[in-house]
Amino acid sequence: MKGARASRTTIALKLGMAISGFIFLAFVLAHMYGNLKAFGGHDAFNEYAEHLRELGEPMLPHEGALWILRVGLIASLVVHVYCAVTLWRRAARARTTKYVMKKDTGANRASLTMRWGGLTILIFLVWHLLNFTVGKVNPQGGATNDPFNLLVDTFDVWWLTLIYIVAMLALGAHLHHGIWSAAQTLGWTGTAAKRNRAKVVAFVIALIITVGFSLVPLAVLAGIITK
Amino acid sequence: MNLTLKIWRQQDASTPGAMHTYQLADVSPDMSFLEMLDVLNEQLNAEGEEPIAFDSDCREGICGMCGLMINGDAHGPEVTTTCQLHMRSFSDGETITIEPWRSDAFPVIKDLVVDRSAFDRIIQQGGFISVNTGSAPEAHSVPVPKDDADRAFNVATCIGCGACVAACPNGSASLFMGAKITHLGLLPQGQPERDERVVNMVAQHDHEGFGGCTNIGECTAACPKEIPLDVISQLNKDLRTAIKHGH
Repeated sequence: MKGARASRTTIALKLGMAISGFIFLAFVLAHMYGNLKAFGGHDAFNEYAEHLRELGEPMLPHEGALWILRVGLIASLVVHVYCAVTLWRRAARARTTKYVMKKDTGANRASLTMRWGGLTILIFLVWHLLNFTVGKVNPQGGATNDPFNLLVDTFDVWWLTLIYIVAMLALGAHLHHGIWSAAQTLGWTGTAAKRNRAKVVAFVIALIITVGFSLVPLAVLAGIITK
Repeated sequence: MNLTLKIWRQQDASTPGAMHTYQLADVSPDMSFLEMLDVLNEQLNAEGEEPIAFDSDCREGICGMCGLMINGDAHGPEVTTTCQLHMRSFSDGETITIEPWRSDAFPVIKDLVVDRSAFDRIIQQGGFISVNTGSAPEAHSVPVPKDDADRAFNVATCIGCGACVAACPNGSASLFMGAKITHLGLLPQGQPERDERVVNMVAQHDHEGFGGCTNIGECTAACPKEIPLDVISQLNKDLRTAIKHGH
């Protein structure tokens, strides 16, 4: 084709999704590790939270490393959502007449819910940032400048814990397909053995993240983590 | 066997179509699916109704003409082409829903017949190697490792039937492209045009209106030639390499 450019193809959009997705994956793994500090008690958790702000000092200003991370994550979010919306619209235009009857023979649930699952995670992200970062809403009216107490006061409320568990299940399903799909998009799964390995790795990481994130809210609700 | 058939009827590309229901009695389980449709058409002819248009050519599973969506599966419940599907795969009294491939890049011409020229235009963008004509060179002068030759042969069995597109929730033709990219990419003769091939074929694919792949795997499950999902990984890798080379 005259003037065809590799960077303007649907596969380039998929590469954008894969790379930004892997950046998110690195972030959620680090985030999960930080959350698990809550099992160390009030001081260990707050010390970790404070240390994140001091990371890189005095080479970086206060909260400098945190802002570099935030800018990187926002850029990844823009790329991930832009590519997803573009591909979603393409897919909708590719089949405007639907089948009267269509079976899913080769698909699993996770692969068919990527778009709605992604949207669920995006809505949860807004809620989560309002809860803990931007708004710092303490549902029980307590102090909001104490990360550990804010966490305990939040997850002590059963329906707040429920929202988080549902969101983590959505994230797990998204990663279950997303990680292997990203590996495939990057061209790492050129044989059946490599494909099967990528699928196993994706499932294990998704499971670790869903369980790892759900442990803290459930432990608060069960009274294992208290103020 | 007695069957209830729900079949898409459409006068031409510009007229909207609809599902019609037909009853067909005394179908032999040994008939192929297309023979069953032939019998139905004879019945329709006798009743003075216009027969159902459907594509077929070789009827031995090698030409790729006869794709139909049968009960929600491309080429029906078996891993084979529609012409190699037999009525023993269905049960007496069953209702069978038959639709054309649904893809805006494959417009319906009439009833169950779709226009798959979009595949030809993708192949024209690079699904070949350029060599000077003349006497054929000695085959053994360019050695090819046995594993590569076998794999290239396996993925070259793609017959371009379009089942991958029909089954894909995104309406993507990635498995079709991946098969050709992998086939030629494994062989020495495919190397000189490797970068241009992948860029031009994918650009034409996108231009035709096919969707992007999300690695769901419906395509490979529907493929009568069992082309594996690996070829899409190879397609993606070749495109990534082309980007690296500045294309």
